[in-house]
Amino acid sequence: MSASESFSNAGPVRMLTPGAWLGRALAILLLIVFALFFVVPLIWLFLAPTKTDRQLLLDGPFSLGSFSTLVDNWNSLATFQHGLLWTWIGNSAFYCIAALVITLVISIPAGYAMALTEFRGRKALLATTLIVMMIPNTALVLPIFLELSAVKLIGNPLAAILPFSFFPFGVYLTYIYFSTAISRDLLDAARIDGAGEVQVFARIAMPLATPVIALVGFFSFTGNWNNYFLPYVMLPGRKAPIQVGLAELLSNVPQFNPTNAGSTTISLSALALATIIAIAPVVIVFLFAQRYLVTGMTAGGTKE
Amino acid sequence: MSALGEHAVHPSRGGQRPSRGSKASVERAQSRTGLLFSLPYGLFLLVFGILPSVYAVYLAFTKGGSFVGFANFLKVFGDFRFLPALQHVGLYILVWLIALVILVVLLALVVHSIGARWLSTSVRFLYYIPGAFAGASSVMLWLFVLDPTVSPVSFVLHGLGLNSFVESVQADRLPVVLAVIAFWTGAGGWIVVMYGALNNISREVIEAARVDGAGPIRTAWSIQIPLMRKWISYMVILSFAGGTQLFVEPRVLSQASRGVVSQDYSMNQLAFLYAFKQSDFNGSAAISLVLLAVALILSVFFVFRGGLFERV
Repeated sequence: MSASESFSNAGPVRMLTPGAWLGRALAILLLIVFALFFVVPLIWLFLAPTKTDRQLLLDGPFSLGSFSTLVDNWNSLATFQHGLLWTWIGNSAFYCIAALVITLVISIPAGYAMALTEFRGRKALLATTLIVMMIPNTALVLPIFLELSAVKLIGNPLAAILPFSFFPFGVYLTYIYFSTAISRDLLDAARIDGAGEVQVFARIAMPLATPVIALVGFFSFTGNWNNYFLPYVMLPGRKAPIQVGLAELLSNVPQFNPTNAGSTTISLSALALATIIAIAPVVIVFLFAQRYLVTGMTAGGTKE
Repeated sequence: MSALGEHAVHPSRGGQRPSRGSKASVERAQSRTGLLFSLPYGLFLLVFGILPSVYAVYLAFTKGGSFVGFANFLKVFGDFRFLPALQHVGLYILVWLIALVILVVLLALVVHSIGARWLSTSVRFLYYIPGAFAGASSVMLWLFVLDPTVSPVSFVLHGLGLNSFVESVQADRLPVVLAVIAFWTGAGGWIVVMYGALNNISREVIEAARVDGAGPIRTAWSIQIPLMRKWISYMVILSFAGGTQLFVEPRVLSQASRGVVSQDYSMNQLAFLYAFKQSDFNGSAAISLVLLAVALILSVFFVFRGGLFERV
């Protein structure tokens, strides 16, 4: 099937007027230009670590370097300040996974309760959740910092893990999921059969909850892994996660900070490699969870 | 609304069935469980949502523990760095939102008109994969793209008369540069969302328009775009609120540009400087509170007026 044919909306290919041809050509051009816009920087990034800085400057931007250069760049990163990079990655993994576990433990029951039980304050809790969910998480960073510094928690891993675990969007997703996937009648039937409230949750809701656990997990993990502002404020120095560390690496690149030369330096291509390493877990999760991304972003919407 | 209605009819339905315990005791057990299940989350909401906001209000209106009215606000508004920061952020949001609305809607319409399924799926995938690069990593990548000596698109930069990285991030270009970075990272996700909204429009409506002689442009303008309006306003509100929070991008650019991009470029950076460089938590709280209030107003407005969350 040719590219132009694939743009016909339906049915047999009709005769096209010159105007329609022009429109179609413009549409294809637009798609290609933006595909290049989104993809070219990525292609460049994945080629850069195979080249030396000299090659980066002189060779074509899409030339492939050598495997041995890649190994050299890897080694220079791995040995940078006695493996500081791995400490950062480890920190990120620790904060994000701990927060993920807490998020699931508190969000799933809460979403279930709001969807399928009735209690005092349910509507207020739901409305507050919606409102807080729409507020960008950066808006609360400095207020949370001021609060946590009043209780002397700054510098403690909890200062990142606990705020990371507060995830109203996850509660909302769970709420939507349970209110559409399970009917109250089903729960009532179980209650009539003598199941207690906790049993109803454990035997009926939990086995059906796998998709929403994956969905909440996906958003919690990727969001926290990429979060810069909150850990930057809460956890200075060696306790920083990789996103903060990455910006830290930047000050060791002579190209960007000539005054800083002298101490250990990081080459441009090693910095590109560090960017890939920093983002790798999220890219992998993205590739395997495309579907979730879409579902989640449209979850708020009611069907037209 | 539906959740409430459902509940209203619920007890009578239960009452028709033979039940072991009395209706009241079942309801009490349910209410207890509901409360118990939401308690941990409610606690987090209190400690990391409500308390910090209240504490910021307290800090913003006091100094050394005593009430000072709007003095902190007047001080930060009078700061010579405040107005420029406000202008930077405002300009950035303006450029970004215009680009977002026009291009996302246009691209979603074009991608949606692709007949071949595999092609449409691949295009959407290519468009949103940069979404994985949020935060510092996307800026890091764009440092390279903006540096004409190594950039994959150096011909474009040279064509625009930019011959060094420092020239690429000059103050007057920065709002556009930041908008391009934000667009690169986030537009793909929105294109996917709009595509989903377009899929929800029934085929008969589109078919009827075509029978009436409407071309693709007329159909898009009179039928598809009006039906996408809720989603477009959702995107605009979320992006506006997010845009006011600008922090990581100018911070990393500032670090990379030897100070060409200033430390106090955005309002959040200024709030950060107040807390960390000047140890003025009251001033910091005042700026944060203004930003929080903007986000809160937008959010409340959208939740109750936007029509997307009909369950409340």
